[in-house]
Order: sequence, then structure tokens, then C-alpha cells
Amino acid sequence: MSNEDILAGLGEIVEEVAGVPAADVTADKSFTDDLDIDSLSMVEIAVQAEDKFGVKIPDDELANLKTVQDAVSYIERNKA
Amino acid sequence: MSASITLPEHPAATRIAGLGHFRPERVVTNDELAKTIDTNDEWIRTRVGIAERHFAAESDTVASMGAAAGRLAIADAGLTSADIDLVIVATCTLPTPIPHAATKVASLLDIQAPGAFDINAACAGFCYGLSTASALIRAGEARNVLLVGSEKLTDWIDPADRANAIIFADGAAAVVVTGAETAEIGPVAWGCAIDHTETIYIKDRESFIYQEGQTVFRWATSAIAPVAIEAARRAGVELSDIDVFASHQANLRIVESIAKKLIAAGASPDITIAKDIVTTGNTSSASIPIALDRMRQAGEVRSGDLVLAVGFGAGLTFGSQVFRCP
Ligand SMILES: CC(C)(COP(=O)(O)OP(=O)(O)OC[C@H]1O[C@@H](n2cnc3c(N)ncnc32)[C@H](O)[C@@H]1OP(=O)(O)O)[C@@H](O)C(=O)NCCC(=O)NCCS
Repeated sequence: MSNEDILAGLGEIVEEVAGVPAADVTADKSFTDDLDIDSLSMVEIAVQAEDKFGVKIPDDELANLKTVQDAVSYIERNKA
Repeated sequence: MSASITLPEHPAATRIAGLGHFRPERVVTNDELAKTIDTNDEWIRTRVGIAERHFAAESDTVASMGAAAGRLAIADAGLTSADIDLVIVATCTLPTPIPHAATKVASLLDIQAPGAFDINAACAGFCYGLSTASALIRAGEARNVLLVGSEKLTDWIDPADRANAIIFADGAAAVVVTGAETAEIGPVAWGCAIDHTETIYIKDRESFIYQEGQTVFRWATSAIAPVAIEAARRAGVELSDIDVFASHQANLRIVESIAKKLIAAGASPDITIAKDIVTTGNTSSASIPIALDRMRQAGEVRSGDLVLAVGFGAGLTFGSQVFRCP
């Protein structure tokens, strides 16, 4: 799975959980500041990302995923 | 050696015959809380979904609130105190462990010498209690059970702790469970998460409720929908047959997330979803029956509706079943 595929998959999850259009979920965006996603939606996004990409995203790691790129890189490094 | 032990006659099935609730008089808005703690109405509404909640007066106790709800449930069932032979109180907020609340509820309602005990399964208490009551009736050990969920959470909340002071509230509700020819209460799907025993707790007698909010949120939004689906499967009903989804009112975001999963799994998009947390707060073991009774009073739920209830909380513990609204 390429970085583009991860980004696209993440976009779908973000749209489903937080109602942000998938097209707006680009690498440089900050989840909180740009996409207006709060800490609880981040938890739901993490749970769905775990299922979709076969990664574990514990709460303490989740706190470090500030931008979409952070999430894509984390998933790329840790996916099954 | 020849004497054999006889077991009692017993009904094949059970139903809920009556329902009642009690919310303390004092209403506390988010703005009132924001006067003493660093929080605000918008944050509480968007993160938790609560607009206001009820706090008990000094004189309201787990037993007195439970008795007030119990009186209404017995009347709603068309029975009197004399008909009740077992009182079960689900609670996790007694100020002291003895005496337990059930005997006091019985005494306040003048129920003469019933069996009386409390159960503590935290916010899953109502579903655990309903299963216990139903099973005892089906075994012939009791005929009419008064099951109460009653909580005075404010006794165990640090008013300065903004994480918990905004969520928890006080109140009680009760049902009367009785025998029936056809089943109106389904089998329970229950369990606990043994890797999460220290996720919501009170450390010692001098402490207040503490919880790891995000861990609980993650668990509730991922582990609980499958439990509710399993309860429907055990009851032999399709999710599409469910009229009402009555979740424990922990956090509106949790309720909505579970409801979304149920709808994705086949529940009707028009299913009635209990959102009583908005004006009642999180009342632990009392939240499901308070929500149901208030929805019934508002005409949103009718007698005979098929309800899917799921309780979850400290332990972490969970329980779920399908039943018909009285
Ligand atoms: C308790 C709960 C609402 C807290 O939400 P959260 O997003 O996890 O809160 P956090 O502690 O991570 O804080 C997130 C932000 O909100 C702020 N915040 C926390 N509590 C706040 C409050 N009461 N008022 C205003 N702001 C608050 C924090 O300062 C933080 O701000 P920052 O991102 O600018 O630093 C949430 O975790 C929850 O509901 N969990 C489930 C608990 C539950 O249902 N338990 C009952 C089970 S029976």
C-alpha cells in the first residue's frame, strides 16, 4: 500500500467520522487547527485506522499525530 | 435418605410490568458549573452532550431516591408493596457499604420482609440487575421483583475536577419484573474487560471517581456495539425489529457512535435513540430506566416497543438485553 493509498483511506475515515470532505484531508493539514477535529473524533479515527490498516495506535502515540502527514507516516511505518 | 428436595413451580418467561423514575429537584446548568470550574457550555455540549443535570439535595439518598422511583414503578405495574417479594438495588455510590440500600428501600416502601440485596456492576448495573431478576423469577425463587437503579454520584465527585464534575449526576429509576407466558425480556449478553480493571476507579475512602477518559471513550465506541448486537442475536430478534436503542447515557458522542454502528449492522435508520443525557447527565445504573421512562412520558416510546438496552462502565463491565417497554 502506497502513501497515496494510505492518505486516501485516511481521508475516507475522516469524512465518515468527522464529516470533513475527504478531499480536504491533505498531508500538510493539522487535524485540530485546520480540519477542526477534536480529541474524541481523533480516537474514533484511530480505531477505524487500526482496522483498515492493521496498525496499533495507542492513546500516547495518537497524541503525537498532529498532522495528516504524521498519521500517514506512522501508519506506513507500523502497518502489518 | 429417601427425602427428595422439591423445586418451586415457575413461569416460563418474564416481563417488565412497571417503570418509574425520580430526578432530584435541583437543576444544574453548564453555566452554573462554569462559575466554579474552568469549563464552558459549548465544550460540555460538544464533547459530552449535556446541557443540564440534576443534583441531589443533602436529604436525598440512594435509598430515598430509589424508593421514590420504586413507588411509581409498583403503581405503574398495578401492584402494591404487598406483591413485591424481592428488592434488588443496583448502585455503586452508597456512602458506606452497610447497610445496603435494598432493605432501606423496602422499609421506605413498607414492603414486608422481602429478599433484599444490592448489586454493583457500576453503569452496567441495570442490565445486570434485570438479568438477575428475570432469572430468579424463571427459577421460581421470586414472583415480583422490584429492581432499582439509584445513584448519588455527587457524593463521589470532586466538584473541582472538571473532567468528572461535568459528566456525572444523581437520580434513580425502577422497574417491576414479573412472570409471563411469553418472553418480554431476552437473555443477557454480558462480560467485563479484564485488562481494564483500573480504568475507572475510586482509589480509597478519601478519594473521588477517577477515569481515563479517552481510554474509556475508545473502549465504549469500539467494544459495545458488538455486545448489543449479540444481545439481539441471543433474543432471536433482528436488529431491524428494534424500536428503541436505550444505551447507558455515558456521553452523547458514545451513544451516537454505537447507534451508528447498529444502523450499519441492520437497525432501522429511524430507530428511536435515547438521548436523555442532554438534561439528565450520566446517572450510572439509573440512566437507562430514567431515559426510558422519560421517553415514554414524552410519547416517544410506547408500551410494547422492543427496546435494546446496553449498559457499560467501571470494571470495565458491560451487559445488554432486549425487552419490551411496559
Ligand atoms: C471525559 C471526556 C469528555 C474528556 O474528553 P477528552 O477529549 O478526552 O479530554 P482531554 O482531557 O483530552 O482534553 C481535551 C481538551 O479539552 C480541554 N478540557 C478538558 N476538560 C474540559 C472541560 N471540562 N471543560 C473545558 N475544557 C476541557 C482540555 O484542556 C483539552 O484542551 P487542549 O486540547 O486545548 O489541551 C471524554 O474522554 C469522555 O467522555 N470519555 C468517556 C468517559 C465516559 O463516558 N465515562 C463514563 C463511563 S460510565
